[in-house]
Amino acid sequence: MLTIKNLRASVEGKEILKGINLEIKPGEIHAIMGPNGAGKSTLGNVLSGREGYEIEEGEVTFLGEDLLDLSPEDRARKGLFLSFQYPVEIPGVPMVNFLKTSVNEHRKFKGLEPLTAGEFLKLMREKKDMLHLDSQLTNRSVNEGFSGGEKKKNEIFQMAMLEPKLAILDETDSGLDIDALRVVAEGVNALKSPEHSTIVITHYQRLLDYIVPDFVHVLYNGQIVKSAGKELALELEEKGYDWIKKELV
Amino acid sequence: MEEQDKILHEVTSKEYEFGFSSDFDMDTIPKGLNEDVIRVISAKKEEPEFMLNFRLEAFRKWQKMTMPDWAYLKIPPIDFQEIIYYAAPKKKPQYESLDEIDPDLLETFNKLGIPLEEQKILSGVAVDAVIDSVSVKTTFKETLAEKGIIFCSFSEAVKEHPDLIQKYLGMSVPVTDNFFAALNSAVFSDGSFCYIPKGVKCPMELSTYFRINASGTGQFERTLIIADDDSQVSYLEGCTAPMRDENQLHAAVVEIIALDRANVKYSTVQNWYPGDKNGKGGVYNFVTKRGICRGESSKISWTQVETGSAVTWKYPSCILMGDNSVGEFNSVALTNNYQQADTGTKMIHIGKNTKSTIISKGISAGKSDNAYRGLVKVMPGASNARNFSQCDSLLLGSNCGAHTFPYIEVANKSSIIEHEATTSKIGEDQIFYCNQRGISTEDAIGMIVNGYAKEVLNKLPMEFAVEAQKLLQISLEGSVG
Repeated sequence: MLTIKNLRASVEGKEILKGINLEIKPGEIHAIMGPNGAGKSTLGNVLSGREGYEIEEGEVTFLGEDLLDLSPEDRARKGLFLSFQYPVEIPGVPMVNFLKTSVNEHRKFKGLEPLTAGEFLKLMREKKDMLHLDSQLTNRSVNEGFSGGEKKKNEIFQMAMLEPKLAILDETDSGLDIDALRVVAEGVNALKSPEHSTIVITHYQRLLDYIVPDFVHVLYNGQIVKSAGKELALELEEKGYDWIKKELV
Repeated sequence: MEEQDKILHEVTSKEYEFGFSSDFDMDTIPKGLNEDVIRVISAKKEEPEFMLNFRLEAFRKWQKMTMPDWAYLKIPPIDFQEIIYYAAPKKKPQYESLDEIDPDLLETFNKLGIPLEEQKILSGVAVDAVIDSVSVKTTFKETLAEKGIIFCSFSEAVKEHPDLIQKYLGMSVPVTDNFFAALNSAVFSDGSFCYIPKGVKCPMELSTYFRINASGTGQFERTLIIADDDSQVSYLEGCTAPMRDENQLHAAVVEIIALDRANVKYSTVQNWYPGDKNGKGGVYNFVTKRGICRGESSKISWTQVETGSAVTWKYPSCILMGDNSVGEFNSVALTNNYQQADTGTKMIHIGKNTKSTIISKGISAGKSDNAYRGLVKVMPGASNARNFSQCDSLLLGSNCGAHTFPYIEVANKSSIIEHEATTSKIGEDQIFYCNQRGISTEDAIGMIVNGYAKEVLNKLPMEFAVEAQKLLQISLEGSVG
């Protein structure tokens, strides 16, 4: 699905990612944990093609293609989804229009006919029911005036609509109450299949009670310093990151 | 709607036939302006004496006036003696086929979804088929005539309804109003006239599209709309297709008179040639538009989407004379490349309990400058006058400018005036958010801009609104690298 080899990236001359290696196979869920400033969000941004990041070295292959060669929209259309840590507001653009454009762009890329209004609304209703979402949410402007929890749920809703091959959840759990957390987890688990993979970037192990990862990686100072099974998350929760830092010295 | 489309298509598929008598084969008169030129124009149009006097008075006043320089516009000096003030409509098409037309223009036509035959008309190409247009015109005219509505060219109205013209011409925009209005009054070529009788609700949107095809009356156009007591009309001007015009200077005047409880809605989409990417060429558009709510509880509402012209100088205004009268101004003005716009409105509150609302959305891209200029004036007798103004500016990139010049003059203590203003920039994070959902940057900008302008676009008649949305997007193409 995704292979990252020796990826180095910098922002304004400052190196943030210092040689990342990661292999994600279809159907796997990987958690990436680490202290603030370790480079977790940068990894998500670099993979999704955000501007402002300089790739110094390394290669990333996504579904057999050179990911770094693709425009951000083509990465998305090929099935890479980023759930934003801070979802962006777009005043005056109804969520339903935004999503319809998005879904149909994805379909066009795959050579499929656009969904009719009826088909689209039906799909939207199914996904909203699945996630127990407030039905008014889709009539409002994209993220405008949404509460923190609503914004995160809205990210997961978009993910459910687009059914990406690889979803990257960038601290989707931060600031969520237990109910919202459950919605997020349900969304991810509903997508779980042998064809779909997920990267969960998180600070806390709490989300991993609901989304059980196959692998846990610790990102520290721009490198993955430790990888193990799900038990690593519990260990981190208990001992904090200092333990890792000490181990490295 | 289908019927209307058919009429529209067929009416626009034929040669311009109103206003000019076919006897005049002489195409133009020499350039320059003096009293003789004005007499010739009036004579060619076989106008009654009061029209000639109107023109001459305007010309004499104009000679003593100077071009206004208070707008936030850089305009090279204009030599008014270098302009040809009368040209008969061109009968012959300029081109033989669409192959001779600028491919960029055709590309834009296609993006706007304009049918092939209409493309030909808009770009001045010969049209082959004219199908039964006489009956179409008759149907259209009959529907209006049944209700007593007059909708015709200005020249025709001068001949057929001189009493109405004499009574109302210059009522909203006196000849001395401003430099460009005076010039227009002296030399205007043609335009539209519309009268809605007492108690009549006009059954269809009246569109200049119906009446004028591409052969330009464009340069000095004159429009007069009179809505009698308890009448209602919605009027559409312009079209979304880019209009090429060899005339660089445009100075139009639109006057609206609303009598007791009349309701007039005037919608414009202006897309004159804006010049090329380097700011070469393009139309200078100096427009005076004013409505007067003479009657009590009357209402005039201006809605405009301005995307064209190299220079736009335009302030559609309302004089709220009648008690309880209402004025509205809704505007989207978009400038790109080297375009300049100084546009806004004046709301003059004279009657009691008068209300006005101003919503202005400026969008600047490229190296353009976009200014909002507005006046809200409350006269001493306008008790309980109420105004709400909202002026928003959106910037794309960092080489463009947005400016706001609101003037408020209040002479009555019982009035309430509110003014809100915002300036924002399309964020890279907004565009990236759309990209990450599979939406291209160009589509993202179109979407964001249309969301921003939605409040105004919603005020346009349905079919116009859809076209205006596409137009905003197309006008911004290439504005983000």
